[in-house]
Amino acid sequence: MRKILQLDGSIINEAIEPSIESEELLKWYQSMIQLRLLDQKGIRLQRQGRVGFHIFTTGQEAHIGAAAALNNQDWIFPAYREHGAAIYRDMPLEEIINHLFANDLDINKGRRLPGLFGNKKINFVNPSAPIGTQIIHATGAAYYASQINPEEVNIVFFGDGATSSSDFHSGLNFAGVYKTPTIFICMNNQFAISVPLEKQTASNTIADKAIAYGIKGEQVDGNDILAMYSAVKDAIKHAQNGNGPTLIEAFTYRMGPHTSSDDPSRYRPDEEVEEWKLKDPIERFKKYLIRKDLISEEENSIIYEHYDKKINELIEIADSRPKPKLETMFTDVYDTLPGSLLEQWEEVKFFTEED
Amino acid sequence: MVELNILEAVRDALDIELQNDPSVYLMGEDIGPNGGVFRATEGLQEKYGAHRVMDTPLNESGIVGFAIGMALRGAKAVPEIQFVDFIYPAFDQIVSELAKFRYRSGGEFTTNVTIRSPYGGGVRGAHYHSQSPEALFAHTPGLKVVIPSNPYDAKGLLISSIRDNNPVIFLEPKRIYRAFKQEIPEEDYTVPLEKANIVRNGDDITLVSYGSMLQNTLEAAEIASNELSINCEVIDLRTISPYDSQTIISSVKKTGRFISVTESPKTAGFGAELSALIGEKTIDSMEAPIMRVTGYDVPFPFILEHDYLPSADRILSAIDTVWEY
Repeated sequence: MRKILQLDGSIINEAIEPSIESEELLKWYQSMIQLRLLDQKGIRLQRQGRVGFHIFTTGQEAHIGAAAALNNQDWIFPAYREHGAAIYRDMPLEEIINHLFANDLDINKGRRLPGLFGNKKINFVNPSAPIGTQIIHATGAAYYASQINPEEVNIVFFGDGATSSSDFHSGLNFAGVYKTPTIFICMNNQFAISVPLEKQTASNTIADKAIAYGIKGEQVDGNDILAMYSAVKDAIKHAQNGNGPTLIEAFTYRMGPHTSSDDPSRYRPDEEVEEWKLKDPIERFKKYLIRKDLISEEENSIIYEHYDKKINELIEIADSRPKPKLETMFTDVYDTLPGSLLEQWEEVKFFTEED
Repeated sequence: MVELNILEAVRDALDIELQNDPSVYLMGEDIGPNGGVFRATEGLQEKYGAHRVMDTPLNESGIVGFAIGMALRGAKAVPEIQFVDFIYPAFDQIVSELAKFRYRSGGEFTTNVTIRSPYGGGVRGAHYHSQSPEALFAHTPGLKVVIPSNPYDAKGLLISSIRDNNPVIFLEPKRIYRAFKQEIPEEDYTVPLEKANIVRNGDDITLVSYGSMLQNTLEAAEIASNELSINCEVIDLRTISPYDSQTIISSVKKTGRFISVTESPKTAGFGAELSALIGEKTIDSMEAPIMRVTGYDVPFPFILEHDYLPSADRILSAIDTVWEY
């Protein structure tokens, strides 16, 4: 398993330490913190009844390293715990928070559960909810990208449960046949809601599945942001040399429940969660930054306080905004409204104006 | 002008779009050197390359998912599903993904995909080479469903579908792929989507059909005219969803009698939608019950398929019923 960072923030072997500008490393760290804070605040908002739903991300923040390895032109097909990739690509926090409240400024027009957003400006595709469907989309998009822009690659995230889906098979099989520049990242957090990995597959590892598709596969410590970055960098090189796709199994753990509707005490022991706390991707990376003298405990607190305050302010603003306009129920079904929808819109307007 | 059958008209439309627009890509099973099992893509791989006319792994959900991905990235993808009976593995990709991308992304991500597929019975194909699932797709907001009935429309509607920015399910009436030829323009032209065509004028009864059933409907209308002096107006719906209700309503207001002819099973078929439309919009004009001539509520049969499909006789019987009412 590829690993670069030890739990104490030291490097296993300096020869494999990626060389990255200090400013860039700090950007990764700040993205991780924003994501962690959004997770903590998001569940509180859900418990307060201010938003309808929450998807947890804590423990999986090292995926930001994978996003950081890409160029901005490269598309990202997220599953639904990869908001860190959008934050890293400078999607403004207010856009994310407006989305959580599904208010009139939500770029997805209040049509999605909180957390299931996409954003064309940063090539971050709207995820689905049926599991695994995006895997074959990434293969198709990479194929067309390779036809028009040889420099481009793309990346698709999915969970361990998705490796049982037919779209996983489609995605990897088509990618192998056409040698598309696709990087498949399985965020193996070891549970598909409640079902453990051994009930998903009899394979020794998920990375092993690459062999059957004739593509490269690799296991990576999914809580090690440097390992995630370097594995994706290698996968990009592999694709750009004409060798096609890579399957990366990022071995990680979902620290929280699946969503706000889930109770993990029904299917996993607390001790297991406690063990994984020691491998926290943010703590580990912080220790690395401290060792490199890029940050102090004091500066760390200042960063947390800064984003904590900022997010709280944005939450109050977002919560005060109105719902999207009624017409957004009917727009974007097609590029223009057919007669039948105009008629139905008139009908709902009539009843709304009555109120 | 050139004389083509429906199959040749489809091929001509694909050829024109591949020529006109470098972002048009075809993908499907056996569409390359083999030219498709019906030969709709014959010669196209040779002309445009295996990178644009792609033989794919045998996986319908993969074909559609791959096409969606290409379209998200900017291609105009035209996948072929060899028989529409094989489209169900792709149902999730079509209903949950293709139809919803524009909506769920607030209009940011779009999927210009035109899925071509031969449909319909009467070819000794049994359950899995004969079905007409258009109502399943018409019940999915976000999709357009288009079915031509003749070579002129096949070419013009397919070109329109590929150029349309919305996903289209384009069902080709395989029973009449080679049934007749028609003089059509050699150059590129379009036939508008969402617009029905009045193919026979009449004042007595409105008959609405599409695809291969249009031939049976026209045959019945001719017999009714010649032998019973009943003048039927025949409307070829052409786009099943979103459909041209105005043309139907205007006709029924004139005739006061309505029969739909479709070959899919009766219950919750597209004829049911048309009946409901007439019930809601023109009940005051009606002189007789609203009728449907359809296939039966059974899996598509094999050796008895001609007893299953709406024949001119069955349509005439419905004509007689609404006329004598």
